[in-house]
Amino acid sequence: MELISPAEFAKDKVQAIQEYSFLAGQSVTNLFRRPRYMADMMQQADLIGFGSLPIVVLTGLFTGAVLALNSANTLQRFGSLSLLGQLVSVGMVTELGPVLTGLMVAGRNSSGMASELGSMIVTEQIDAMRALGTDPMKKLVTPRVVSTVFMLFFLTIISDLLGLVGGSVVATLIFGMDSHQYWSTAWQVLVFQDVFTGLTKPLLFGFIIATVGCYYGMTARGGTQGVGRATTQAVVAASVFILLVDFFATKFLMAIFGYR
Amino acid sequence: MSAPPTTTAELAQNTQDAIGPIIAFDNVSIAFEDNTVLDGISFQLPRGETKAIFGVAGSGKSTILKLTLGLIKPDGGRIRVLGEDVTQMPEDDLFELRRKIGMVFQESALFDSLTVRDNVAFRLMEEAKITEEEIERRVVEALSFVELEHTLNMLPSELSGGMRRRVAIARAIIAQPEILLYDSPTGGLDPVTSTTIVELIIKQRDVYKTSSLLVTHRLQDAFIMATHSFDRKTNHMRPLPRGERGEVPMTFLILRDGKVIFDGDAQELAQSRDEYIREYIS
Repeated sequence: MELISPAEFAKDKVQAIQEYSFLAGQSVTNLFRRPRYMADMMQQADLIGFGSLPIVVLTGLFTGAVLALNSANTLQRFGSLSLLGQLVSVGMVTELGPVLTGLMVAGRNSSGMASELGSMIVTEQIDAMRALGTDPMKKLVTPRVVSTVFMLFFLTIISDLLGLVGGSVVATLIFGMDSHQYWSTAWQVLVFQDVFTGLTKPLLFGFIIATVGCYYGMTARGGTQGVGRATTQAVVAASVFILLVDFFATKFLMAIFGYR
Repeated sequence: MSAPPTTTAELAQNTQDAIGPIIAFDNVSIAFEDNTVLDGISFQLPRGETKAIFGVAGSGKSTILKLTLGLIKPDGGRIRVLGEDVTQMPEDDLFELRRKIGMVFQESALFDSLTVRDNVAFRLMEEAKITEEEIERRVVEALSFVELEHTLNMLPSELSGGMRRRVAIARAIIAQPEILLYDSPTGGLDPVTSTTIVELIIKQRDVYKTSSLLVTHRLQDAFIMATHSFDRKTNHMRPLPRGERGEVPMTFLILRDGKVIFDGDAQELAQSRDEYIREYIS
């Protein structure tokens, strides 16, 4: 492995942050400039949204189920099994639904974007696009960012709902709880702040997934090996970034609502 | 070869007549990391002329094409293309300028997820004013020019290397550009396919009067271009008699160690006393 000086390392990192910020900023400002590639946005929404549906359905369902399973054992010890619906509901809607859906979509789509755009970079297709008078930021990056933000919002709602269904199955079939009791407590415990927090996060996570994936793709260098490296880095960076932003977003929203 | 459309020869003439050379490099330098690739080079490309650029691998030939398109910026000097200073232009304005320039990339750079039809039509599809029927007509016309109209619905991966290069030429000429940039269009191809590509370049030069920069390693390709013209009647290139060869709008530029060591026509090149050049052309 080649050793580089700390100054060079710091310079590279600062440049990477600068380039990422520029790409992220442009992906938003391009929304207000023509041309807008609506057909590309629809195509990406289909690939990202409907393509991710199976993994989101399975993730949501089994996360809710295992959350209910683990929590029920603890709650039973204190004779509070009736709180199971509330626990699964708050856990899924505020935290597990958005984060796990974000991580699953990051694994599938950040890597996909990085490898697709990276391959286009190393085969000069991005240069060809620029040479043909088309801005790759508008044509390739903005549609991916818009589609991911839009579709992750709805995927998270589906994941939340299926998490509650998974919890309900465990609660009724394994622990013999009344289904009506489970659903009414799960519903009643949710307040505006919970739902707002749970639905704000996918907007941030969607933006992270797409911009990180596109950034690593657009900066891929070094042939097929470089594309492979960019793909791995995109998934790792997007996942870590999601977990970091999750913490700070939760703290920030709690501070706003003066909540808990 | 199919007969080319007749309208474009005038098109090459009808814009920006008063801007001087169509491409002008003035003391242009660029380095990658610590490696100086171009060191203060200057040259001009007059309208309607084809200039073949030679040099060993890594001498900056492809860099000149990328600089012309504004895909990369020089460290120093000035580049004027169609009267515009591309070294100072913001990216948004460069996209406008690039629509007047066609480029054939070294490895074709076709969009691998699009069909041949969509690759060739790419530039036209970006312009909202053009109807589907018009796009279809022009795609077929451009593909007929390179004799590949039967590949319309194929993907680039289903084509041979030579066919991909011809599709790239069709994509570059579909918008009837004022300048064409060819980056090693015959590189890695067999002699027969190379001759087909060279014939297409000569056809573009003589029929459409398009100004072009041609980067190549193959000196024989450039000499064929300097000694042949396109015959519209037979639809093939034909060798010119010795006395007419000076009339071909074709010049040569040779790079060495980041500098231009030769810029002139075929006759001047053949008469050069420079040892390096003599060795290069021998």
